[in-house]
Amino acid sequence: MAGFVRHRRSKHIIATLSGFEADLLRSLAAQLVELLRNEEAMPSESADPLEALFVGGEFSGPTTAPDDPVLARLFPNAYRDDDEAAAEFRRYTEGSLRDGKAQAAGTIIDTLEEAGLPAEPGPEELTIDVDLDLPTAEIWMRALTDLRLALGTRLGVEEGDEEYWYALPDDDPRGQAHHIYEWLGYLQETLVHAVLR
Amino acid sequence: MTTASPVEVDPGVEEDLTPDEITLTDTPWVTVVWNDPVNLMSYVTYVFQKYFGYSKKKSEKLMLEVHEDGRSVVSSGTREEMERDVQAMHEYGLWATLAKSD
Repeated sequence: MAGFVRHRRSKHIIATLSGFEADLLRSLAAQLVELLRNEEAMPSESADPLEALFVGGEFSGPTTAPDDPVLARLFPNAYRDDDEAAAEFRRYTEGSLRDGKAQAAGTIIDTLEEAGLPAEPGPEELTIDVDLDLPTAEIWMRALTDLRLALGTRLGVEEGDEEYWYALPDDDPRGQAHHIYEWLGYLQETLVHAVLR
Repeated sequence: MTTASPVEVDPGVEEDLTPDEITLTDTPWVTVVWNDPVNLMSYVTYVFQKYFGYSKKKSEKLMLEVHEDGRSVVSSGTREEMERDVQAMHEYGLWATLAKSD
């Protein structure tokens, strides 16, 4: 397992992933894209005929927080004590936020495949050299954040709960998922440091 | 990335505005970032540096406030500006809200 470093000459941010790691990352990113597109950002029903004109139009969007806890975390209410303002903000922003996050996750998939990750699991000794320029590195950072938020929310991660996870038996699927969550955190940490270097 | 301004395009919003909101549009609003158990301290600091253009020192101070106090005011300005900041924080995966400054 190796994280990201800054390449001295090209200034690019590079990492070498095993085929297994690259495949795992692609699979997680693909799941996030699916989640973002699955529970569609649909505008809520409205009896207001003027507002109804906008439904399906450029400025339409959902006005209530998503049901899925992961999506609710990715698209939190912008106003704590003002439901109406929160609904309005959501209506104008959630669609483009969803698109941006889906595109960022898609960038991870594209990068890995352009770096040679085959569609089907490749030979065991396969390694994938990830090479990111600065703008792409920032997109990766945002996408890794979203993946960690998604996994962390699903697992119910809390501050300072490491002992709980380490105490789980090796074959506990939640413990395994938490291990992946920590690996994403390691990738993210090394990526941030490489970018700031 | 831009934000559509609800005040300009929503056909129903004008009649909903109170005189206060019309005449006091300069009232400072604030963007608040809240602590969450997932985001890395290094990443949150990076976002403050990158998006707001704050120094490393100021960004780390704000990050520590979020971490230790559970929240921190990271920017202030008009309501429209704060909505842009909050949207940007959500793009970065930070948990942010806006509120009228006390």
